[in-house]
Amino acid sequence: MPKRGTPPLQEDFLQGTLDVLILRTLVLGPAHGHAIAYAIERSSNDVLQVEHGSLYPALHRLEDRGWIASEWGASENNRRARFYRLMPAGRRQLTQQTTRWEALARAVSRILRPAPGSRGGR
Amino acid sequence: MSWRRFLRRSRWDAERRRELESYLDQEIDDNIARGLAPSAARAAAYRKLGNPTRIREEIYDMNTLDWLDSVWRDVRYAVRVLRRSRSFAIVAVLSLMLGVGANTAIFQLIDTLRLRTLPVPHPETLVQVRVDSHGQGRTGSFTSRNPSMTNPLWERLRQEPHGLSSLFAWGPTQFDLATGGESRPVEGLFVSGSFFGALQVRPAAGRLIMDADDRRGCAAPGVVISHRFWQRQFAGDPAAVGRSLTLDGEPLEIIGVSDPRFFGMEVGRSFDVAVPICVEPRLRDRSTLDRGDAWWLTVMGRIAPGTRIEDASARLAPLAPGVFSATLPPRYTSNDAKSYLGFGLMVLPAGTGVSDLRRSYEQPLWLLLLIAGAVLVIACGNLANLMLARASVREREIAVRLAIGASRSRIFRQLLIESLLLSIAGTLLGIWLAGVLSRGLVALIDTPGTTYFVDLALSWRVFAFAAGLAILTGALFGLAPAWRATRAAPGAAMKAGARGATDDRGRVGLRRVLVVGQVALSLVLVMAALLFSGTLRNLVRADAGMRTDGVLVANFDMRRAGIPADRLLDAQQAFIERVSAIPGVAAVSSAGIVPLSGSGWNQTLIVDNEPRKPYPNINSVGPRFFEILQTPLVAGRLFDARDTLGAPRVAIVNEAFARAYYQTPAPLGREFRFDTPPGEPITTYRIVGVVKNTKYSTVRDDFGPIAYLADTQEGRPGSSLSLLVRGDGRLAVAPALTEAARATHPDILVSYQTLDDQIHASLVRERLMATLSGFFGGLAGLLAGVGLYGVMSYLVARRRFEIGLRMALGATRRRVVWMVLRESSWLVGFGLVLGIGLAIATTRASHALLFEVRPADPRLLAASAAGLALVAACASLWPARRASLVDPTRALRND
Repeated sequence: MPKRGTPPLQEDFLQGTLDVLILRTLVLGPAHGHAIAYAIERSSNDVLQVEHGSLYPALHRLEDRGWIASEWGASENNRRARFYRLMPAGRRQLTQQTTRWEALARAVSRILRPAPGSRGGR
Repeated sequence: MSWRRFLRRSRWDAERRRELESYLDQEIDDNIARGLAPSAARAAAYRKLGNPTRIREEIYDMNTLDWLDSVWRDVRYAVRVLRRSRSFAIVAVLSLMLGVGANTAIFQLIDTLRLRTLPVPHPETLVQVRVDSHGQGRTGSFTSRNPSMTNPLWERLRQEPHGLSSLFAWGPTQFDLATGGESRPVEGLFVSGSFFGALQVRPAAGRLIMDADDRRGCAAPGVVISHRFWQRQFAGDPAAVGRSLTLDGEPLEIIGVSDPRFFGMEVGRSFDVAVPICVEPRLRDRSTLDRGDAWWLTVMGRIAPGTRIEDASARLAPLAPGVFSATLPPRYTSNDAKSYLGFGLMVLPAGTGVSDLRRSYEQPLWLLLLIAGAVLVIACGNLANLMLARASVREREIAVRLAIGASRSRIFRQLLIESLLLSIAGTLLGIWLAGVLSRGLVALIDTPGTTYFVDLALSWRVFAFAAGLAILTGALFGLAPAWRATRAAPGAAMKAGARGATDDRGRVGLRRVLVVGQVALSLVLVMAALLFSGTLRNLVRADAGMRTDGVLVANFDMRRAGIPADRLLDAQQAFIERVSAIPGVAAVSSAGIVPLSGSGWNQTLIVDNEPRKPYPNINSVGPRFFEILQTPLVAGRLFDARDTLGAPRVAIVNEAFARAYYQTPAPLGREFRFDTPPGEPITTYRIVGVVKNTKYSTVRDDFGPIAYLADTQEGRPGSSLSLLVRGDGRLAVAPALTEAARATHPDILVSYQTLDDQIHASLVRERLMATLSGFFGGLAGLLAGVGLYGVMSYLVARRRFEIGLRMALGATRRRVVWMVLRESSWLVGFGLVLGIGLAIATTRASHALLFEVRPADPRLLAASAAGLALVAACASLWPARRASLVDPTRALRND
C-alpha cells in the first residue's frame, strides 16, 4: 500500500477544480459518468485534459459529502449507467465555489494584467 | 474517516466496478460508432479511462481506516499463527481462564458486598445515625444483626430537629409461618412508617407501609411482602394482596408487594415480610418498645443533596444530651447510667447498606483476591516462558521480516496482538467461569441456619476489572518476549540458523528471573495455605472442655401454647421429663445459653461488696447439663433435686471463675451476687460446686470465668426453651421430640440442630479460607514446578553441545545430573530465600484471621520451603536425566 502523505498543492488545486466542474455540469440535469467526462472535456475547450478515470474518485467524494446523489438508469443507447444528480447541498456549494473562483480569477488577472489607473491611485 | 463508509467499503467497491464497466461499454460503443475496429475501440476506451484497478483502489482507500485495517490484518495473522500452534494456544487460554475466572469471581463478591450501592434511588444520600459510646460499651440486650438503637431512642430522635431530610428505622427479625409443629421461619423486618417512603421504594402490587400504619398500638396492621416471597409463596398471584398471612400465630393482612429489586437494607440478606414497628408488642411476648436497654433497631436517613456528612453530624451532635437523658432506662445501675448519659450521636455514610456478611468476609475476600492475583501472576510467568520459547523458534521468521523491511514497531505490535488475543479469549471464558465460581463461593458460606442472599449480577466494575486483567495479563506475558524478539539483529539471527546461537545471556537471564519470582510468590501462597489450614485444624481440635458429638440442640417455642407465666416453669419441667422418657434419649438438660452458639449473657459480679472485673459469663442450666457435655466436676456437687424455687440460691462455677475472683481452686461455700438496679431485690448465690473450664460462646474464646445458675431456681423462665439432648444417632430422636411437643401442646414450634453442626457452621469462614488458600497454594506450587521444568529443559537443550563435550572428555552421567540439579537448586534456593522474606513481610496482614498460629512461624516457613524444594526437585529431575542421556558423538556431530 503506498504511503499517503499530504498531496502536493497542485493535486489539491486540480481536485477542487474538478469538483466545481462536475457540479457545474450537473446543474443542467442528471448525467452519467461517461457523459460528465465528455461534457467537462468539451466545455473547457479541451483545455482541461484529464484521464476520465480520475473523475470517479471525485464523484465518489462528492456523493459521500451529500452534494450529489446517484442511481442506476438506462443511458441514451440503452445501456445501464449510473446517473448523478445535484443535491441542494451541492447547489449551495456550487454557488459558493463559483463566487470564490470568480474572486480568485479577478485577483489573479489583476496581478497578471494590472489596470492602468490602479498603480498610482494609492 | 467514517465508520459507515468503512463498513460498506466492499459493497461500494462492487458498485464502482460495475460503474467503470458501464463507462467502458459506453466508450467502446461510441468508438465503434466512430468507425474503429472492435479491438482498437476497446484499447482506446481503456486509454481514455486509465487503469480501472488503480481507480478502484483509490476509491477503496478513501473508504478505509488505515490503522484499523492493518490491526485487523495483524489480528487475522495472529489467529492463523495461533491456530497452527494449537496446543500452546489451548494451554495459554485455559490457564488464563482459570486465573481470570478465580480473580473475577472473588472480585464479584467484593463488589456485591462492599462496593455496590443499594438498589434504591440516590443511595449516596443515605446515612446511618449511630450512637457514639466513646468506647464505653453499651449495656442491655442486643438482639439483631445490627443492634445500634433502641426504640425509645428512635422515637425521641425523630421528634428532634435532626436536620436530615428523612429519617427511618428498621430491625431484622425472624417470624414463624407455622402455627404448630416444625417451625417455618421467614426473614422479617420491623420497619418504621417512613421506611419505604424515605427509600423511595415502589410497590409491585398493592401499597407499602406508610406513616399512618406505624402508630403505637396500631389496630389493623398490614404486612408488606417482598417480591421474591410473593413469587415463592403465592406464585406472583395478584390476589395475594388482601389475603391474610400468619406471622408467629398472628394473622395479618397483606397490603402490598415491594419492588423486585429491593432486598432490604442488608447486603447478603433479603427480607420476606415487613411489618410496622408498632406490631411488635403483638408478636413478641415481652415487648421492647419501651425498653431503653433493648438494642435492636438501625436508624437511617437521607441528607439533602449537596449536604456534607460532617455538617449533618455537627447538626445532630448537640441533640445528644437531651436525647439520652430523656431515654435513660430506669433499670440501669448508676455506672451504666453515667456512661449512657455521656453518649454522642454521629452520622455515617450508608449508601452501601449494612451487612454482617461484609463485616466477617470483607477482609478474607480481599486476602483471597491477593492470593488469586498472585496465582495469576505465576501463571503469566509460565506463559511468558512459553512465549519466549516460541519467540526463539520464530527467530528466523522475524529476522526475515525485519530484513525485508518490516519495522520493529510493526512486528512488536503484531506479537503483542498475539498475546492480547490469548488474554482476551482467556478473559471471556474466565468471566463465564467467574459466574459459576462465585455462585459456588456463596454456596460455601451458606449454612443450614442462615441463607445468604447475594445478588451476583455483573456490574460495570466487574467487567472493568476483568478487562483490566485481560490487558494486564496480556502485557505481563507478552511485552518482554515481544521486546526481546524484535531486538535481535536480523543478520545474526539468519546466520545462526537452526542452532540458535543468538541465545544471548539476556534471554536465559529473563527466564531465570521469572522462575525465581514464581518460586518466591508460591512460597508466600503455600505459607498462607499452611497458616489458614493450621487455623482451621486448631479450631476444630481446640479443646472446648466438653464432648459435643452426639448432642442434639432442640429449640421449643412455647409462646403460642398459651401457658400462663406462673405455670411455665412447671410445664417446662414436665416437658423435660416427657422428653427424657423417649427411648434412645440418654439425658436431657435445659440450657439458657447453648454453648458455642455465639450467644452470651454477662453481668457485673460483686464479691465481698466489691465489683469485679472482668465480667463473668453466666448460664442457667438444668441438673444434667454437665453430664451431657461430659464436663468433669472438680469439687463439691452438681445441681440436683434439692435446688428448688424456694431453696437457698446456689451456683456452680468453673476453675477460671474460682481462680479469678477467689484465688483458690475450690471456693465452696463462698458467696457472690450480681450488680442490680436500685430498688430490685438482691439475690445472693452460694457456690456448691466447681467444674472444669469450658469455652463459652465460640471455640475461638479463651477459657474465661463462667457462673452456672440452676434454672429450676429461676423464677421467670422464657417462653422458648433450648434443650441439650444426648442420645444415639444424630437426628434420630428428632421426630420423637416433635411428637412429644405436639402431645404437650399443638402450638409449640420445634427446630433442631446437632451441636456439632452448629460448631461446624460457626467455622465456615475458617473453612473457606483453608480450602481456597490450600487450593491456590497447591496450584501455585504446581505452576512454579511447571515453570522450573520448562526453564531447565530449555537450558539442557541449549547446552547439549557443551554437555556432549564434557561427556566426551570423561564426565560421568552422575556428574552431568548433578550439574543440572546444581543449576536448578541455585534458582530455587534464591527464590525460596526471597519468598521467605516476602512471606515474613506480608503474612502479618492475615493476623486477625488466624487462631493459635503465628504469621511468621519458622516451622511453617521451613515446611513450605521444604515442600516447594521437593516440587522443584521433581521438576528438574527429568531434564537432568535427559541431560545425562545425551549421546556425546551425536551431540558433537550435530553441530
